[in-house]
Amino acid sequence: MLKIENLHVNVEDKKILQGLNLKISPGETHAIMGPNGSGKSTLANVLSGKEGYDVKKGKITFLNNNLLNLEPEERAGEGLFLAFQYPVEIPGVSGMNFLRTTINSVRKYKKQKELDGVNFLKILRKKAEFIKMDENLIKRSVNTGFSGGEKKRSEILQMSLLEPKLAILDETDSGLDIDALKTVANGVNNLKNKERSFLIITHYQRLLNYIVPDKVHILSNGKIVKSGDKNLAIELEKKGYEGIK
Amino acid sequence: MSIDVETKKTVKSITKKYKYGFTTNVESDKAPKGLNEDIVKLISKKKDEPKWLLDWRLKAFRAWLKMDEPNWSMVKFPKIDYQDSYYYSAPKPKKKLKSLNEVDPAILSTYEKLGIPLEEQKRLAGVAVDYVFDSTSVATTFKDQLAKLGIIFCSFSEAVKKHPELIKKYLGTVIPYTDNYFATLNSAVFSDGSFVYIPPGVRCPMELSTYFRINAENTGQFERTLIIADKDSYVSYLEGCTAPMRDENQLHAACVELITLDNAEIKYSTVQNWYPGDEKGKGGVYNFVTKRGACRGNNSKISWTQVETGSAITWKYPSCILQGDNSVGEFYSVAITNNFQQADTGTKMIHLGKNTKSTIISKGISAGKGQNTYRGLVRMGPKATNGRNFTQCDSLLIGDRCGAHTVPYIEVKNQSAKVEHEATTSKISDEQMFYCRQRGLDQENAVSLIVNGFCKEVLKELPMEFAVEAQKLLGISLEGSVG
Repeated sequence: MLKIENLHVNVEDKKILQGLNLKISPGETHAIMGPNGSGKSTLANVLSGKEGYDVKKGKITFLNNNLLNLEPEERAGEGLFLAFQYPVEIPGVSGMNFLRTTINSVRKYKKQKELDGVNFLKILRKKAEFIKMDENLIKRSVNTGFSGGEKKRSEILQMSLLEPKLAILDETDSGLDIDALKTVANGVNNLKNKERSFLIITHYQRLLNYIVPDKVHILSNGKIVKSGDKNLAIELEKKGYEGIK
Repeated sequence: MSIDVETKKTVKSITKKYKYGFTTNVESDKAPKGLNEDIVKLISKKKDEPKWLLDWRLKAFRAWLKMDEPNWSMVKFPKIDYQDSYYYSAPKPKKKLKSLNEVDPAILSTYEKLGIPLEEQKRLAGVAVDYVFDSTSVATTFKDQLAKLGIIFCSFSEAVKKHPELIKKYLGTVIPYTDNYFATLNSAVFSDGSFVYIPPGVRCPMELSTYFRINAENTGQFERTLIIADKDSYVSYLEGCTAPMRDENQLHAACVELITLDNAEIKYSTVQNWYPGDEKGKGGVYNFVTKRGACRGNNSKISWTQVETGSAITWKYPSCILQGDNSVGEFYSVAITNNFQQADTGTKMIHLGKNTKSTIISKGISAGKGQNTYRGLVRMGPKATNGRNFTQCDSLLIGDRCGAHTVPYIEVKNQSAKVEHEATTSKISDEQMFYCRQRGLDQENAVSLIVNGFCKEVLKELPMEFAVEAQKLLGISLEGSVG
């Protein structure tokens, strides 16, 4: 699914990622944990193609594509999804319109027929109900005036509509109360299958109680310093990042 | 031979021909270049106008000679040589093309993106249409239906002939022939346009659009429109067309006058997409338009909605004179400038009567090297007790080489009047763009989506079918503005 080899990335001449390696197979859920400034969000942004990241060295292969050659929208079309840490507000654009536009853009990329209004609504209602997202919220402008929890729920709704092959969750748990956390985790677990992979970026082990990872990696100073199974996260929670090193 | 002598000679010869029956071939029916009293007389004569109208034109022409081109706006353009233009060419100034193959492929691709049917594409591009799909008969059906209600909807020339009393009563009462340089020029040489009269108590059952009017084509560069809504009546009027119009005329100076009597309402919507010039700023239409409405009656209302995406230069201030007590004026505007386009547009809300209300929502979008200015006047006269105005001007910048300017003028002469003005300037953020692209939208679609959101308050004022095309048009106008 995803293979990252010896990735070096600078941001404004500052070295952030320094030789990162990671391989995710189809159907696997990986968690990346690490202290502030270890390069977690940089990794998410480089994978999704945000500007301002200078890839100095290394290779990223996503489903047999050289990922670094693709535009962000092409990566989305190929099935890469990023649930943002801070989803941005787009005033005046209704969620309904936004969701339908994004779905049809991705379908168009895959050379599938675009969804008409009726079929789109059918699918939307089903998915929104599952993650307990109020339909009135979807009618409002995208993320505009949403609470932290509503924004994250909206990200998960988009993920479930776009049905990506690889979903990256960038600190989706931050700012969520326990009920919202469970709903979000439930949404993710429901999407898990043999083909779909997840990369979960988080500070805390808490989310991993609900979304159980196959592998846990600890990122420090731009490198993965330790990998293990879900127990590594529990150990980390007890000892802290200092204790693991 | 000096131009002047040549003009006179040719005019003479044409007028003579006319006496003997006007059967010259279409190609040659063009007055010589330049503008003088003879040309004004020729225009009037060709249209078989009554003497009072010719006199009005001549008064305007003489006034125009003493006026100077206005220079207070932000738009910059090379000096126009008014003597180097044709002021009369009829009846078909546009060359008919044989097939769509002769049309600029760029224009065709825009038609396609807008989803315009093939027959309609031909009409817009000026291709001779075999009336297999007979739009003329459609128009006739509508005309019959309107006539039953007593609604008059015809070309200006036809109205001069059939309803001279209405024209005489209202023409120039909102925009006097001395009003401003371009309006005065229009008053002297206007070619044709639309006339609408809605009788008392009638609610016009359909959106009136030039599209449904026979003889609507080729009204030329000096259009004149007059709409009168008599007591307790209502009409919604659509002007223009969302597809790019092929036009060889560079200077456009149109006039639109609206009049509402007691309890009447006029809703006037425009989508303007004239040729904006190329990416290098070459070519494009200069659109100098005077639009003004008078709420003469009590409780009457005039609402302007405009989406201005075309023209190299847009100079336009659709205004409302709120004379009647409790009358309401509205102005909703989206103006886009991309590449080298310039727009100086806004409105004037003149509050004269008691409890008059006005709302101004203006959305300016600048991209490329475009310059966009909102210029608006809100005046509360001494008798405008409890007058209210709310103005909101938002500017959106795309890229770092464009400009947005807001120039509000506020004059309040009544203590009880209230005027509110809000203004914002923002940019499409990199975060918004990336968010949309991460969800699969390419750059152009992302810009289009964000811009449509920005303009939503204005777009929702447009009649439904117009709104859908206008949305697509916003995206098309901004093509090439990012990346």
